[in-house]
Amino acid sequence: MEPKLNTNQPQVNLSKKEKIKLEREMRHQIITFVVMIFFTALAFMSVASDLIPASFAVPFILILAVIQVILQLYYFMHLKDKDHEWPNAFMLSGIVIIIPMVAALMLLLGVVKY
Amino acid sequence: MSNSQALKKSVLWDWLTTVDHKKIGIMYLVAGAFFFVLGGLEAMIIRAQLMFPELNIVSAQAFNELITMHGTTMIFLAAMPLLFGFMNFIVPLQIGARDVAFPFLNSLGFWLFLFGGILLNLSWFFGGAPDAGWTAYVPLSSAEYAGTGLDYYVLGLQISGAGTLIGGINFLVTIITMRAPGMTMMKMPLFTWSSFVSSALILFAFPALTVGLFLLMFERLFGANYFIVEAGGNVVIWQHLFWIFGHPEVYILILPAFGIFSEVLSTFSKKRLFGYSAMVFATLIIGFLGFMVWAHHMFTVGMGPVANAIFAVATMAIAVPTGIKIFNWLFTLWGGRIKFTTANLFALGFIPSFVLGGVTGVMLATSAANYQFHDTYFVVAHFHYVIIGGVVFGLFAGTFYWWPKIFGYMLNETLGKWFFWLFFIGFHLTFFVQHFLGLMGMPRRVASYLDGQGLNDLNFISTIGAFFMAVAFVILLVNIFVARNDKAVADPWDGRTLEWATPTPVPEYNFAQTPVARELDALWYEKMQGNKKLPVAEPLGEIHMPNGSILPIIMSLGLFIASFGFIYATYWVSVIGLGLTLGCMVVRSVKEDHGYHIPVEEIKQDKEVG
Amino acid sequence: MGHAQHNTDTLPPNPEKATLEGRNKFLAFWFFLGGETVLFASLFGTYLGLRNGTAGGPTAAEIFDLFLVFIMTTILLTSSLTSVFAMLAMKKGNFKQMLVWMWVTVGLGVAFLGLEIYEFYVYVGYGLTFTTSAFGSAFYTLVGFHGAHVAFGIGWIVTLLIRYRKSGLTLTNAPKFYLASLYWHFIDVVWVFIFTVVYLMGIGG
Ligand code: HEM
Ligand SMILES: [Cu+2]
Repeated sequence: MEPKLNTNQPQVNLSKKEKIKLEREMRHQIITFVVMIFFTALAFMSVASDLIPASFAVPFILILAVIQVILQLYYFMHLKDKDHEWPNAFMLSGIVIIIPMVAALMLLLGVVKY
Repeated sequence: MSNSQALKKSVLWDWLTTVDHKKIGIMYLVAGAFFFVLGGLEAMIIRAQLMFPELNIVSAQAFNELITMHGTTMIFLAAMPLLFGFMNFIVPLQIGARDVAFPFLNSLGFWLFLFGGILLNLSWFFGGAPDAGWTAYVPLSSAEYAGTGLDYYVLGLQISGAGTLIGGINFLVTIITMRAPGMTMMKMPLFTWSSFVSSALILFAFPALTVGLFLLMFERLFGANYFIVEAGGNVVIWQHLFWIFGHPEVYILILPAFGIFSEVLSTFSKKRLFGYSAMVFATLIIGFLGFMVWAHHMFTVGMGPVANAIFAVATMAIAVPTGIKIFNWLFTLWGGRIKFTTANLFALGFIPSFVLGGVTGVMLATSAANYQFHDTYFVVAHFHYVIIGGVVFGLFAGTFYWWPKIFGYMLNETLGKWFFWLFFIGFHLTFFVQHFLGLMGMPRRVASYLDGQGLNDLNFISTIGAFFMAVAFVILLVNIFVARNDKAVADPWDGRTLEWATPTPVPEYNFAQTPVARELDALWYEKMQGNKKLPVAEPLGEIHMPNGSILPIIMSLGLFIASFGFIYATYWVSVIGLGLTLGCMVVRSVKEDHGYHIPVEEIKQDKEVG
Repeated sequence: MGHAQHNTDTLPPNPEKATLEGRNKFLAFWFFLGGETVLFASLFGTYLGLRNGTAGGPTAAEIFDLFLVFIMTTILLTSSLTSVFAMLAMKKGNFKQMLVWMWVTVGLGVAFLGLEIYEFYVYVGYGLTFTTSAFGSAFYTLVGFHGAHVAFGIGWIVTLLIRYRKSGLTLTNAPKFYLASLYWHFIDVVWVFIFTVVYLMGIGG
């Protein structure tokens, strides 16, 4: 039924423009990866080093985590591309919903009154 | 059926392996009705026990099991599947599709629900049903205080919940990608819209229940300590997880019912729904706010005054979009040529009943006053007003409205009206007085009450009302039986939406040619333009259909078997069960099944016969 | 209409979404990930609520091994990149290269899982078990759920790799590989929060 193709040859018909696009995407992804590794190292170092107080380190590493996740979602997982409107809508809804959830599970346990 | 292959197979095998959304819809309706009867019988025993003070028809332990199973059955195994039944049958027709996006998963969702429901109910025969209320609060539901019944609860709900989640995702994708050409999102019928939002709520709410049930299971079976205070645990975690799921759940139930009312009211007023876009946005806003209010069930836990105030205000805010809907329904009726069919009577009866439930809802949301109302019969009255006056009325309206399309014959209107009035009166008799019982201090979930406390009369009235509802339901069953020869035409109500453009009985491919929807209420629009038929998007051609499969049942059976292994700590049984399920998943993923095609001649034949 | 017929030897540029079936799967899987977000948020919330409930047992700061976690993080991040490479190879139509990158991804996943098991083994040695305290239960549940996702992902991808080792790229298998790679990225997304919230905040705040 479906085309059985020679596995060694490129099978997708790409125009020159699309090829250039893929090359560019490759570069972007590698840059994304380098940034993520860098952020990870930064986060681990800011906790491991005794110089940085926890009051700074905790919000700092949380921000780094959020940026990393945005990079994953939008670059590695292509949420930034067109044709991703519905995935965006549902992922963003999910994220909005979990914010009060996590806050409540963490804080509103009747131990400390808010 | 038109498919010559199907003729060869036995009827039973056909139903067990079907991936046709219409057959799955019917199976949901049948199974849901069965559980509705079960839950209803449990309710009758509860009410009989409370008819007079200090009765001992059932023991206090049995009473606790009855209220738990009544609530759990009604919510998870009756109301949801019945709505899923309508969604399955109607939504693809309303959007002009041949099937849902994932027919195989659709059938898997159904069988998971059914096996989960059976598992839960088997607890009656193996050491007693769960007895910690449908909310299963710890420590009442912990290994220390509850027996194996709670294990059946945890695993039964886990399995049926997985089915629901699968169903929800399926509807979301179906509605997004399978709409007929021309039908933009803002031209979809309101039942489809509300099914869409309801499915989105399922997607985001059920995982919280999944986690809650896993935690309870790990604690009961494997000695984890999330809720054990001496070991650093906290019982409020369960309450949060349960209600993060539980509050959206009530909107999952009510939104499709709202959709049914919108269809019924506009059809029987012979008017376009008033304020269509306001209705859509109100549905979306209710869906969103539904996730921001769950802690209104926990005002008395001691979260603190600011937290309580925030959740109180958020809860009250939901009254605004709900009010918008009520007004839009009233304006739809305004100036319409109203027909008082049974379906429409339920829709009309819904409006004042639901408003009453909404008003007590706002009262309950007043966090300071909630300390007085909490855990009394006032709460029981409130949620039955919204659940019966809203969801169940919606289901009955849908039953009378869509019965001709689904089952091919008309329900009797005279019997229908008897049914409506008896049920309506019985419902208000039962639950109106419970408001006052609650204010007088009668706690919910008590197996009896003492004489001489002024609770006798109202409890008696309440039980009489419940018997009215039971009689009414019997009339419905009689109706279903006696009316069976009154063949229905394709469009008995002079309908507005695409499901009424299909022939009755609906062929397995729904539409011989995919229709084009040019306006909201696409069928009505063509009628008004003087066109006898819908415009079509394609020439008559062969139609691609998915193959049936037995795998969904085997996968569900695997989880069912595995559950017994967990409950009785014989883990090799669990390994076999899970292996069965995973094995089927691998088979499904490895075997490419491209379905089959119905040839043009067969479709032409169907057309001549129909 | 599920299968567009291509009689020539070529596939369209985004083969993973070229058919209705592929597009349906693509959407359904993203929605599923939306649900998974809530699932993991529930587990994170539970962990955050219980992380100080150590009941006299070991605390996070006493036992967590940052160096090991850093290695694990790097491995998982790299596997995310290799699965990106696999998808780029697919888009170029180079099926063989895609298979190779997927196998590398699986290998890194196995390494990660091995280290995680070793890590749990060490912590149990320190006296933190699943039943020691609420903290222990919540920790193993959250991290264990993630580990189970990794294990499932490995099983899934290996099944695909074996099934399609010789088939070449088709409109049927392209969506399957694409979804598996999305799943793999999502595992990494969750891990970013685990290493930050569980390990780093466990040591440093
Ligand atoms: C058919 C008529 C019905 C009657 C006569 C009835 C009666 C009752 C009674 C007497 C209770 C126990 C109250 C208590 O002692 O706390 C109860 C609880 C409950 N009912 Fe119904 N009910 C009916 C229908 C429904 C329906 C259709 C639903 C949902 C779809 C429902 C959902 C619940 C729930 C969730 C509870 C709470 C159970 C618990 O406390 O855990 N009921 N009902
Ligand atoms: Cu609520």
